[in-house]
Amino acid sequence: MSPAKKKTNTEDYLRMYRQMVRIRSFEDNANQLYLSAKMPGLTHMYSGEEAVAVGICEALTDNDRITSTHRGHGHCVAKGAEFKEMFCELLGKEEGYCRGKGGSMHIADQSHGNLGANAIVGGSMGIATGAALTSKYLGRDDVAVCFFGDGATAQGLMYEAMNMAALWKLPVIYACENNGYSEYTKTEEIAAGSIIARAQAFGIEAHQVDGQDVLAVNALAQRLVDRARKGEGPFFIELMTYRYHGHHVGDINREYYRSKEEERDWKENRDPIIRFRSWLVEEGLASEAEIEAINAEVKKDAAEAVEYALNAKYPDPSEVDMHVFTDVKHALA
Amino acid sequence: MRNITLSQAVNEALAEEMRRDETVFILGEDVAEAGTPFKVLSGLVEEFGTDRVIDTPISEPGFMGIAVGAAMTGTRPVVDLMFGDFIFLIMDQLCNQAAKTHYMSGGKLNVPLVVRTNLGATRRSAAQHSQSLHALVAHIPGLKVALPSSAYEAKGLMKTAIRDNNPVVIFEDKLMYNDKAPVPEEEYLIPFGVANIKREGSDITLIATSSMVQVCEAAADILAAEGISAEVIDPRTIVPLDEEALLKSARKTSRVIVVDEGHQSYGITGEIASRINEKAFYHLDAPVLRMGAMDVPVPFTPALEDLTVPTADAVAANARKLVSGEMIHAA
Ligand SMILES: Cc1ncc(C[n+]2csc(CCOP(=O)(O)OP(=O)(O)O)c2C)c(N)n1
Ligand SMILES: [Mg+2]
Repeated sequence: MSPAKKKTNTEDYLRMYRQMVRIRSFEDNANQLYLSAKMPGLTHMYSGEEAVAVGICEALTDNDRITSTHRGHGHCVAKGAEFKEMFCELLGKEEGYCRGKGGSMHIADQSHGNLGANAIVGGSMGIATGAALTSKYLGRDDVAVCFFGDGATAQGLMYEAMNMAALWKLPVIYACENNGYSEYTKTEEIAAGSIIARAQAFGIEAHQVDGQDVLAVNALAQRLVDRARKGEGPFFIELMTYRYHGHHVGDINREYYRSKEEERDWKENRDPIIRFRSWLVEEGLASEAEIEAINAEVKKDAAEAVEYALNAKYPDPSEVDMHVFTDVKHALA
Repeated sequence: MRNITLSQAVNEALAEEMRRDETVFILGEDVAEAGTPFKVLSGLVEEFGTDRVIDTPISEPGFMGIAVGAAMTGTRPVVDLMFGDFIFLIMDQLCNQAAKTHYMSGGKLNVPLVVRTNLGATRRSAAQHSQSLHALVAHIPGLKVALPSSAYEAKGLMKTAIRDNNPVVIFEDKLMYNDKAPVPEEEYLIPFGVANIKREGSDITLIATSSMVQVCEAAADILAAEGISAEVIDPRTIVPLDEEALLKSARKTSRVIVVDEGHQSYGITGEIASRINEKAFYHLDAPVLRMGAMDVPVPFTPALEDLTVPTADAVAANARKLVSGEMIHAA
């Protein structure tokens, strides 16, 4: 089993930067596709939360599993997915990761250990914990990370799964992305008491970290992943973060639940990409020109992938009853 | 008569009942200031306050259970379940608790609550936000199930549901929230168990629920142009079911198609078809056909999703075959 990569050199830092920019760029394009009515359905933007997914996934290998959420594009990119297959999935095309059957809310990337986004809030608590059970059961050292929002802490399943994970010392890390809101409601209105205390009640070691600081997230994740591999898990992390867009792309008028000033403050003063970029330049790890080159390259990649996906084929109608069962080609034939 | 949207109709029904009866309250996710993601409840919290329009955490089994307990002890909760697909999360409290309490207590305890939720595909919402799961609850004795097919039904059935002393689940078609229909200004209720003959006909009966009523009316238009007279009947509630009205129509036309958006297998269509078979067999000139959603999880891509639900063309095509006798030996 390959050990977790060490993040001690410039190359690793620049990859983290690039991955965050890739997520932002993916979301900007997805938003445009929605606004120009080229994307079916609706979607939830990860913009603003990039350091969470990247900080954690950069501590993982392809053998480690993650479970994702309805706000799942960021996790998918951070875990190694390609733009082309992702945009194809968002547009319901045959070459999408799920052949167009899942779409934004169910995007999964088996090749990089992403077990899938989930449209049921808290729906992946059991799945991630089960992946950790497999790891232990089969004597592997890979870990599972369960991403979920602050809102999902209201689901009872979380407590049942955490209890078993703690009893059985499973290599799972619960990563709670606390972006301050679930839909149109502030977290303090839906969560009594402290979030990390919920995990601590089961004897699970829990940490709170600035989710806008990719280095802090990565350092913590690195440590906990290493320990989880040695059987010291489970762990719980609460990552303090913020979503820049509405709850979903159509949630435009949102001043009734959060102020423009608050949004501006997070975007201008705590942006994870701007912060990391300044750090890279200050530390002499990259020049402004090198950073701009990365940005331009990612932008171009994204534009090309969008163009490709727009022109790609839809699945053949005969696929409609395929994949209902593993061993039956056409369930209704 | 004025025309209002289905969404406004539901809103009015709730407001009227809450004004009439102080024990009626709403609980669910983002029901208050946000008025739900579909904005159906907009304005209610302004009138009734947050004690009666209660925002909950994302804890469906929890608030469903709380509603059961509240209903058993003197209130009339209306549980707002954002998507019909989440019914799987509340199944224990709804089916093991609410549905059985009156019976298990020998008639001593009542659970007068309403679960309002939705159904319907083709919104590009993928497999966990597109299901039509009313058959699941209709299967459980003790639960009543209403399926409004327009703003008019949505209002009248909601008011009846709130006054009913049993647990009632109402599934609204989420694609119909902005559809307008004539709704009287003055108060009215629609009794449960009374089907509505949407359109009279003599050659074939199309029994349609919820979203499929529009589909069957469109099919009837297509058929009319070809000289085939189709009767369209909307049962409006499937528990209780107005069996007599359906049988009467079946005996009259001698051909029946049952159309419903739930999965075809083990669903509402099979139940209604077999009742007609059992009780009107000798009046039939053709086997009763079922048309439901395809037995696959709802796919995201429009290229596949549209194939999974019955369409007016598909209903008309089957009707033609039944009327011409083509399918008599085919079923
Ligand atoms: C079981 C369930 N209940 C309700 C919803 C509707 N819903 C979708 S996202 C969401 C809010 C989730 O909030 P949070 O977990 O904090 O994640 P965030 O959107 O903030 O990333 C809700 C209520 C759902 N998808 N699943
Ligand atoms: Mg949140």
